[in-house]
Amino acid sequence: MELLNPWPKYHKQNVSSHYCPGCGHGVVHRIIAELLEEMDLGKQAFCVNPAGCAVLAYDYLDVDMIESSHGRGTAVATGIKRVRPDLFVFTYQGDGDLSAIGTAETIHSANRGECITVIFINNAVYGMTGGQMAPTTLLRQKTTTTPAGREPKYDGYTLHITDMVANLPGVVYAERVAVTTPAAIRKTKKAIRTAFQTQVDGLGYSIIEVLSACPTNWKLSPVESIEWIHTVLEKEFPLGVLTDKREKKT
Amino acid sequence: MSGNHTFAEAAIRAGCRAYFGYPITPQNELCEYMSENMRKVGGAFIQSESELAAINMVVGASATGARAMTSSSSPGVSLKQEGISFLAGFRLPAVIVNIMRGGPGMGNIAPAQGDYFQATRGGGHGDYRTPVIAPGSIQEIADLVFVAFDIADRYRTPVMMLGDGMMGQIKEPVLFPEPIDPKKLPKKEWALTGRGNHPSRFLASLVLDPQRMENHNWNLFRKYEEIAKNETRFETYCVEDAEIIAVAYGTTARIAKGAIHQLRDQGLKVGLVRPITLWPFPNEILQQLSKKVKRFIALEMSTGQMVEDVRLALEGRAEVLFYGRPGGIIPEPDEFAQVIRDKMKS
Repeated sequence: MELLNPWPKYHKQNVSSHYCPGCGHGVVHRIIAELLEEMDLGKQAFCVNPAGCAVLAYDYLDVDMIESSHGRGTAVATGIKRVRPDLFVFTYQGDGDLSAIGTAETIHSANRGECITVIFINNAVYGMTGGQMAPTTLLRQKTTTTPAGREPKYDGYTLHITDMVANLPGVVYAERVAVTTPAAIRKTKKAIRTAFQTQVDGLGYSIIEVLSACPTNWKLSPVESIEWIHTVLEKEFPLGVLTDKREKKT
Repeated sequence: MSGNHTFAEAAIRAGCRAYFGYPITPQNELCEYMSENMRKVGGAFIQSESELAAINMVVGASATGARAMTSSSSPGVSLKQEGISFLAGFRLPAVIVNIMRGGPGMGNIAPAQGDYFQATRGGGHGDYRTPVIAPGSIQEIADLVFVAFDIADRYRTPVMMLGDGMMGQIKEPVLFPEPIDPKKLPKKEWALTGRGNHPSRFLASLVLDPQRMENHNWNLFRKYEEIAKNETRFETYCVEDAEIIAVAYGTTARIAKGAIHQLRDQGLKVGLVRPITLWPFPNEILQQLSKKVKRFIALEMSTGQMVEDVRLALEGRAEVLFYGRPGGIIPEPDEFAQVIRDKMKS
């Protein structure tokens, strides 16, 4: 029997996933692999993967990759792109990585307008370490380090880092999407395609924030997790284009 | 030319085409020289947002096979240790210059040698070593920068060059080696430059399986053994008839030579061993000399760090004395001479 939806060329085949049931990483990996093939970027692609669950992204994506220490992905990507502008360089980072420990690297690579693409997975918790509070954790949200719910008096407020960097002149394209329904997943693919094309066209920095489920640490079923993204997370992090300066740069 | 400028010019001539740095005294002139000259040769220069970012930019550039460098001074090098540990784990070459200043903490901006432990014991987390090269003159900076890049590439390891505020700031005449065209350097088969039509590759320091992690650590260890065997460098000075031998590196070795001139004029037989590589430490020459010489004195601009390596090298074969001035005080030759004279009397 022929597979109607075969493995993308740049996704490793016959691998079993270490991601939990209902996790969004696998969907985003597949989108990236499909786009690298469709846009013919896989041969010159260089992916920087983070500390966190996606540290093992090299078990799935079949392109050259380097692991980054926690938070430094865009600095590593900067080093690659500056000496090899011919390579297609993107980072894959989570909310703890990119908006807590790596905040400085995120903001300054964006402010320099590095010609790289940032794929930012926002699931509002630290996944790999077991569900601690992230900067993106919602107020009142329970995590293993906010057992009574995030309380601004002690824990500060929910950070919207993509909105922050979208204001910078160096950031050409920023969009927030979600991997929830088939329609939303198609929109995610379109957004990442636009971001990839922005780099291909040499226009500069782009960042796609992907709201993604973490059922294990949210203590919800996969179906409930999708529902929670729609009803709760998207209220705090509305989907849509946050900046599009492509016209000005051409 | 100043020491800081010499580090930078020598690096460019050695084929370095990627420099990332952050301002900190007393190494700013190195960063400034790179800002003016790196892009002229088609290389990458970035004044980064932090030392952390700079060392991670080095990681990225090095992963593509480029000769990459960063520089800083003591507090900044502490920040770089995370990246140096990753470079060691990834087995990526790089050259890191530390122009040491007084510490701990913010310390001051005067010359000191208080980072010896940090430099020679790995510095960052994990079971690794960093080759450490300590030039003793501006000419030697020019020559040893080439050596540092060669060692880094040959053994796929970060290499640290250790100077201090004085080595960074003093000016001396210098003849540079012929420039190297980076395109003519040996091809790095391991470098990641996009998979092309080949199988994809990845650089990872994460090794979750303990057995594979142990193998990785032993492989690194065997590499360090090779480096120790092949790359140990030192200078001996007036040791043939010496009754006491000073051990000093970098700035303190220069001052020690001044003291030895004075003492020799007075008929006192004093020699010097100057380690040029601090790791690997020149154990064998000290062991050989200890057959005739029974007193050694470590001279440092610290409260006593390298002296531990002198003791480890000699393993009780000779008496090991120490004199040091920490905190940014530069000892005078007279001071070293007086100390050595006193020790010889006692």
